[in-house]
Amino acid sequence: MLLVPCPNCGPRNSTDLRYGGESHARPDPNTASPSEWRAYLYLRDNPAGWLRENWYCASGCRRWFSIERNTATNEFRNPPLPGDKRGGAA
Amino acid sequence: MTMSRQGVQPNEVIDRSTKLRFRWNGKRFSGFEGDTIASALAASGEQIFSRSMKYHRPRGILTADFWDPNLMVQVGDDPNVRAGHRRLESGMDVRAQNAWPSLNRDLKAANSLLGRFLTAGFYYKTFMRPQWLWPTYERVLATFAPGGKIDLDTPHAYHDKRYTHPDVVVAGAGPAGIEAALAASSEGASVLLVEHEHAVGGHLRYSSDAGDQAALTDLRAALDASDVEVLTDSTVTGRYEDNWLGIVQRNHPIAVERLIKARAKTLVAAPGLIERPYVFEGNDRPGVITSGAARRLINLWGVKPGERAVVFSANADGDAAVADLERVGTEIAAVIDGRTGGSVSLTAGSSRAVEAVMVNGTNGAERIDADLLVVAAGWTAPTSLLNMAGDRPIYDPAAARFFPSDPPSNVLATGGLAGDADLDGLRQHGAATGRLAAARAAAVRHRLQSRTARALPVDGDEPAWAPDERAPLGRDPHPELYRADTHGMVDMSEDISSKDLVAAAHEGYDSVELAKRYTTATMGPSQGKLETVNTVAAIAEARGETISEVGTTVWRPPYAPLTLGALAGRMFEPVRVSSIQPWHEANNVSIIQAGQWLRPDHYGDPAAEVRNVRENVGLIDVTPLGKLDLRGTDVPKLLSLLYVNKWMKLGVGRVRYGMMCAEDGVVLDDGVTGRLGEDHYMMSTTSSGAGGVWEWVENWLQTERPDWQVHVTPVTTAYASINVAGPKSRELMSRVCEGVDLDAEAFPYMTVREATVAGVEGCFMWRIGFTGELSFELHVPAGHGLHVWEALMDAGSDLGVGPFGLEGQRIMRLEKGHFIVGQDTDGLTLGPSTGLGSLIKLDKDDFAGKPELAWAADRSLPMVVAIQPDNPDVVPEEAAQIVRGDTNEILGRITSSRYSPTLNRSICLGQVEPDLAAGGTKLTVLLESGERIGATVIDHHAHFDPAGERLRG
Repeated sequence: MLLVPCPNCGPRNSTDLRYGGESHARPDPNTASPSEWRAYLYLRDNPAGWLRENWYCASGCRRWFSIERNTATNEFRNPPLPGDKRGGAA
Repeated sequence: MTMSRQGVQPNEVIDRSTKLRFRWNGKRFSGFEGDTIASALAASGEQIFSRSMKYHRPRGILTADFWDPNLMVQVGDDPNVRAGHRRLESGMDVRAQNAWPSLNRDLKAANSLLGRFLTAGFYYKTFMRPQWLWPTYERVLATFAPGGKIDLDTPHAYHDKRYTHPDVVVAGAGPAGIEAALAASSEGASVLLVEHEHAVGGHLRYSSDAGDQAALTDLRAALDASDVEVLTDSTVTGRYEDNWLGIVQRNHPIAVERLIKARAKTLVAAPGLIERPYVFEGNDRPGVITSGAARRLINLWGVKPGERAVVFSANADGDAAVADLERVGTEIAAVIDGRTGGSVSLTAGSSRAVEAVMVNGTNGAERIDADLLVVAAGWTAPTSLLNMAGDRPIYDPAAARFFPSDPPSNVLATGGLAGDADLDGLRQHGAATGRLAAARAAAVRHRLQSRTARALPVDGDEPAWAPDERAPLGRDPHPELYRADTHGMVDMSEDISSKDLVAAAHEGYDSVELAKRYTTATMGPSQGKLETVNTVAAIAEARGETISEVGTTVWRPPYAPLTLGALAGRMFEPVRVSSIQPWHEANNVSIIQAGQWLRPDHYGDPAAEVRNVRENVGLIDVTPLGKLDLRGTDVPKLLSLLYVNKWMKLGVGRVRYGMMCAEDGVVLDDGVTGRLGEDHYMMSTTSSGAGGVWEWVENWLQTERPDWQVHVTPVTTAYASINVAGPKSRELMSRVCEGVDLDAEAFPYMTVREATVAGVEGCFMWRIGFTGELSFELHVPAGHGLHVWEALMDAGSDLGVGPFGLEGQRIMRLEKGHFIVGQDTDGLTLGPSTGLGSLIKLDKDDFAGKPELAWAADRSLPMVVAIQPDNPDVVPEEAAQIVRGDTNEILGRITSSRYSPTLNRSICLGQVEPDLAAGGTKLTVLLESGERIGATVIDHHAHFDPAGERLRG
């Protein structure tokens, strides 16, 4: 089981967290075309390599944070700092 | 072959002063404390332990350990017990499996006459067509399926779980594993040493060499004096990401099995080597055993394996077996040396015993009379834990086995898995591995601690990742001995011969992974520990390639089979009850489980509960209702963002219903939110949505609108919630409430008031009505829930107050046509489909799901509608399909249905195609019985009181 480095709680079992999927910006709801909006809803890059993704520390600090993970090796890098309020979805 | 108990052996593990009596197939037997079931039976002269899976051939001891495929027995109501491993206990009722009517006279052995028809892929080819015969096939196959009998009346055994975080886990307590554990421990690491067998020592246990025994004594003493935690009769069954390990402990004093979940900082894999059987004609005849089996039988349990033996030896262990056999008086008829080209062609004899062996030794081909053939043909490296860590071991033809390739640096191999050396060399390598494991564990520990903001600070920089400077172990040359010049059994668990594998390869299943699945070789109880390399060798031979070219299968968890009980274990899932639960339990409640909550379903007669609410007044405990306390200046913005309707102008003391949609426009949750003060709101959610909505709110606040001033506190369990419903509810409330004017003008529908109820301050109540009656939803500080409930019951006794449960509430909400998210809606139900499309305010700047809801506004969508069957006495099943006429074309489905005690007829909600949503539309509902009934869509969702006069009263 993955150890996910929560910036507040430290490395925790991935079952302590909720996986939030790939980080992706929310389009402007008033100007987005259907294809842009549905790309936001459903399309993921799913790379074999580095990916910025969201996690929710559901059993710990209950903070959402985003972090880069290498999907091929499960290494993590570039977590937001603890208490960084902008640490959410990019 | 007749085995028998001999005089006391120097290293035996039996206590000859403690006799244990047991039964084998109903007959009385006895053994000693320390015997396995198999050793006790062997000592008593038993030769046949099982019948093989497919051909029902008699089978005897092969390896005399956990992996022995021929020693699966039933003990009492416990099927598939490994008699080669399970310790004998007094009073055991041991029976043979897979034999009918008896082990000695097995009628299914007729299968062996059909052997040439039961070839590779037989089931795939035979039991395919015609499809209508499949139920018959299933019955036939079930009769012949191997395995023991499951007794459905067996009481549930207690299985336990444990979580642990050692620095180093060492899998395997042979000399190298023990040294690794000791070295890591002396470096200050916390160490868990896990041994598959009943005692530590590995191959030293069944060695009669004096030096080996002295070493074992030393190692045991050192372990006893150390801080190493030792688990015997336990197996590391799986290695997962970041050294998350599954360990099954089979000898726990209380639990039948305990599953240990360990997060190790480093893992040392020291499983040793497993002796590989040799493939030749008659290699599964009772009397053919491995050299390890011979040495275990002799040295551990004092059992002489036979009277006259042929030994086929290709290594030092085979030679040691010769010496052990001679010591207990087995006549050595011949030693055939595999290192100098000797081989074994076949065994001859009855189906039940070896009588002679055809060999190719120094004298050329000859037939030698013997009742025992001991085979030492080589080793399998059980690389499972390395495979699970991502390693792809490499085959070395010179040593005739696989070696680790490049496991991750927090997984270290030692012992026979890593190479060969004399005992001192193995111990030194083990100790060096333990030191390396401890050093790397220290670095991991430093990293974990320094990355945890709230952990104690750690001193200094993270230690450097210790380089691997261990002197590598050597590799002893070993002849490649897989199959002799005849064909024989490769997988004795599954009855797969080398011929079957060659045939599979010729049919095109010539990759190991395909051949494995096609033939089921390596997929039996031994899990490939004995069979994998021979399978690979057979495929390689069929393809005319080398083992290196063919490659091997990937070993996956579990390393050793474990029971479903161990996996299920104890579940650490909390059960939630409200503070009013004691009253429910004292009053004939019928409980329903809803998520983690135990809730009152009814108190005997839900219909009577409904009538009482409609006529008098009832109380329901709705504590699980999700409640979020929202404070801050930006709460109205948050509400506007998450609900589809408008919230900027909700006055203090007002309550509003809201629907939430996800970003894809699908209904997510609904509930009411009230404004308790200037910057203070209380949001209620559905009971099942409480957790999800909280996360949803946090997600928006933390990621999309971090600048907003809103603080969210979940208070679901901080309040006990009681809905007081019915025409007499105002009268009842007036008797217990202080500080609030309950008059309809002063406290109208859809408002909220704070009050003191039954002397409890800080309660708030809102006038809403899921049931459709005049009602007050009370939220009481949780600790006072029971008191307030009882006060209401006392105060309303002359009003006819009574409790009602979830079922009564569900009937009444259906009478009112209130949909339930997740029951009447599903994962595709867009907001407007609920019939509440007018709530959706597309002129708001932004809200969750806005674009999808805007686009949906122009489309025809399936609709939630109220439906009444034409026959008022028929209640269609929930999920019954709505179809077109006599066809099976699906036009919708019934989502909720009940018999209404108020209307004395059946009532439903359902989802239908857009053109069927108008009131008066005639529908056909297909019941589970196949009967079709007529039903009619009604004008509005409410079957009862559509104008809502009762709840506004």
